[in-house]
Amino acid sequence: MSRLVVGPFNRVEGDLEVRLDISQGQVQRAEVVSPLYRGFENMLRGKDVRDALVIAPRICGICSVSQSVAAAQAIAELQGLVPARNGRLVSDIVHAVENLADHLTHFYLFFMPDFTREAHAGRAWFEPLSERFSPRGGSAPRDMLGPRAEFMHILGTLAGKWPHTLTLQPGGVARVAAANEIRHLLGVLAGFRRFVARHLLGGPPEEFAALESAAALLEWAGARPRADLSLFLRASRDLGLHRVGRGNDRYLSFGAYPQDEGHLFPRGVFNGAGGGALDPGRITEDVASAWDLDSAPARHPYDGRTRPDGEMRAGYTWCKAPRLDGMPAEVGALARQLVAGHPLIVDLAREGGNVEARIVARMVEVALLLAAMERWLKEIAPRAPFIAHGETPQRGRGAGLCEAARGALGHWLRVEEGRIANFQIIAPTTWNFSPRDSAGTPGPLEQALEGLPVGRDERTPVMVQHVVRSYDPCMVCTVH
Amino acid sequence: MSGAGSNRRTLLWLQSGGCGGCTLSLLCAEAPDVLTAFEAAGIEILWHPALSLETGAEVREIIDDILQGRRRLDILCLEGAVMTGPDGTGRFHLMAGTGTPMMEHIRALSERAAHVVAVGSCAAWGGVTAAGDNAAGAVGLAFEGPRPGGLLGGEWRDESGLPVINIPGCPVHPDWVSETLAQLAGGEMTGEDLDDFARPRAITGTLVHHGCSRNEYYEYKASAEKLCEIGCMMENLGCKGTQAAGDCNRRAWNGSGSCITGGYPCIACTEPGFEEPGHPFVETPKVAGIPVGLPTDMPKAWFVALASLSKAATPRRLRENATSDRVRIFPRRRERKP
Repeated sequence: MSRLVVGPFNRVEGDLEVRLDISQGQVQRAEVVSPLYRGFENMLRGKDVRDALVIAPRICGICSVSQSVAAAQAIAELQGLVPARNGRLVSDIVHAVENLADHLTHFYLFFMPDFTREAHAGRAWFEPLSERFSPRGGSAPRDMLGPRAEFMHILGTLAGKWPHTLTLQPGGVARVAAANEIRHLLGVLAGFRRFVARHLLGGPPEEFAALESAAALLEWAGARPRADLSLFLRASRDLGLHRVGRGNDRYLSFGAYPQDEGHLFPRGVFNGAGGGALDPGRITEDVASAWDLDSAPARHPYDGRTRPDGEMRAGYTWCKAPRLDGMPAEVGALARQLVAGHPLIVDLAREGGNVEARIVARMVEVALLLAAMERWLKEIAPRAPFIAHGETPQRGRGAGLCEAARGALGHWLRVEEGRIANFQIIAPTTWNFSPRDSAGTPGPLEQALEGLPVGRDERTPVMVQHVVRSYDPCMVCTVH
Repeated sequence: MSGAGSNRRTLLWLQSGGCGGCTLSLLCAEAPDVLTAFEAAGIEILWHPALSLETGAEVREIIDDILQGRRRLDILCLEGAVMTGPDGTGRFHLMAGTGTPMMEHIRALSERAAHVVAVGSCAAWGGVTAAGDNAAGAVGLAFEGPRPGGLLGGEWRDESGLPVINIPGCPVHPDWVSETLAQLAGGEMTGEDLDDFARPRAITGTLVHHGCSRNEYYEYKASAEKLCEIGCMMENLGCKGTQAAGDCNRRAWNGSGSCITGGYPCIACTEPGFEEPGHPFVETPKVAGIPVGLPTDMPKAWFVALASLSKAATPRRLRENATSDRVRIFPRRRERKP
């Protein structure tokens, strides 16, 4: 058995170390290490509740709006406040822009470059993918950055800037969207839709989102060989990425984009056998493998504590291990679309979660969100209010559960004497990159890495990189 | 690769105690986008956490080449605070794959770099990572809050005599970064281009207040009382635009935005110590009804006198619109005499 330490693992939004025990050319055991601790949860204690809306988004530069949404929802629940309908619509749109842009950033800048590695030289697709996705002069990042930045104009208009807006409030948003602005933004969306159709998918988003099977997907890609997604699928099928990177096949979603009734992407759980309801009361965080001094093995986040062990004695990461019913769960676009029962994604994951299904699930969401955002913009009633105001009680609590691009994000807030008494955060990558719990059960990524091939001379095994980045991790959120 | 004789300037970008949001903001750069901006400035990225292929051992090799003098480093950028905690050990961020505190890597590379740049308020003075009781031990490269110090100390100078250059903001505006780096790469940045906090005067020579879209409300002290009202946010909602350095309202964010047009107050994120204002961010502290933080360079007596005068003169249009979520009373065209 030999040990390989891979780090600094980049294109993961923050710092990451992966420790691999290898024998017979395979990963036998993996430890996922989140090496940065900043301490946001403790930072928030004692503060005015409204300050969470300034500080929480700054946990993360890439899921900033998601952090705002979670904090605003937690405060709204605390205050017993129902947001103004317009405010909710604008908040959904702002959130969808971030999530959609994150899917794009992940695909073009974080994930695809690994196919241009020397390890793949000689593959039939190596040249075309390298010309397109190489960080050293590939055409795709340049093609993408302009339309992405223009797409972000929606946030310039509706949220002042990105990242780190303060527009999103518990009762809605801090500015109205005027009728002319809505028309303008529909135009911005139309421009972005053209990029998605022309470069990313190679065809109309609605038609892509309506695909129902892996066979139909491959037929779609075969008919559009120059589309960026088709290039990925060509490499994916050649490398077998539709059979690689299986986690523990338990998934959860907090539900994304609240509507008049329910969510656009529903809340729930999914395992191989099917779906079900999610009970957030059955979530705990376990510190058995974390550098944390808490004596209790696992707590519900309302009672959670964060006591970093500066001596780093027991454990191997700053990340706690979130569990649902005592078991790990995978979160992200794949989880959301399995819970939603999207037929294409269900088919792609029929034999278990895998790298390809995670990527395609994001593309399905890009297509679905474009249409949803157009609908939401038109649903805004510009003459009606955009915000409702609430009062913070002396005592109380509230939870904000939403979906960042990379999965379920929760804030659990407790207030005493009118100030924040406890603020606990479980971020998407906390779930996906969690360490072993007190039962010794590995986290989803740790599980997915077991059995991956490692070439004799590989210092940064390429399959490990494909699998790690298929989760679209956000390490700054993970520990916060 | 930067071969001998190349006149490109090399850049290494590291991240530590921050959120990565300054890089994400940089990716929003347009006309030109960030890759084009760097190309035009003759900047070659040796490694960047979000933009480079190299990972793991390949990165450690690049860093080692720089430290051993095998590769020239012209500009070192740090994003995120230096993590000195707990108790000065730096263990809150051991650089992945090395087992060594990130602060030690930063210190060693700073001595090799021709210029060192702190990107964002965390890297400059600690920023939000230093909020609360700063158990993280988050400090800047050459400042801790408003005091010189930090990892390298306030007296630190690069080989050309420049201090650590602090590009403030939470996050930075993308152009603040690309313009500063281009000036550095072009060899035209001098000490005179920097203010007392070593921030480029190009950014901090103006106040956020300049170009504020709510200027007329400010002039008449027609104030918003709650968020989502369109009056001036200085009197009640904690806005520090009249005190904070930055060209935020003269240089649009994401096409057309700014914090003010987004409907929320300036929280002075370009100023050291902004993360602990001593009051809720969206509430103006007052003594006897007068805001504690007065506009920069304004004598208090004058402010009080002018404020009461302008309040008395506030047109009904501004008074009523100020506490509305949109313009209810429109400016009227004055009738011309025949």
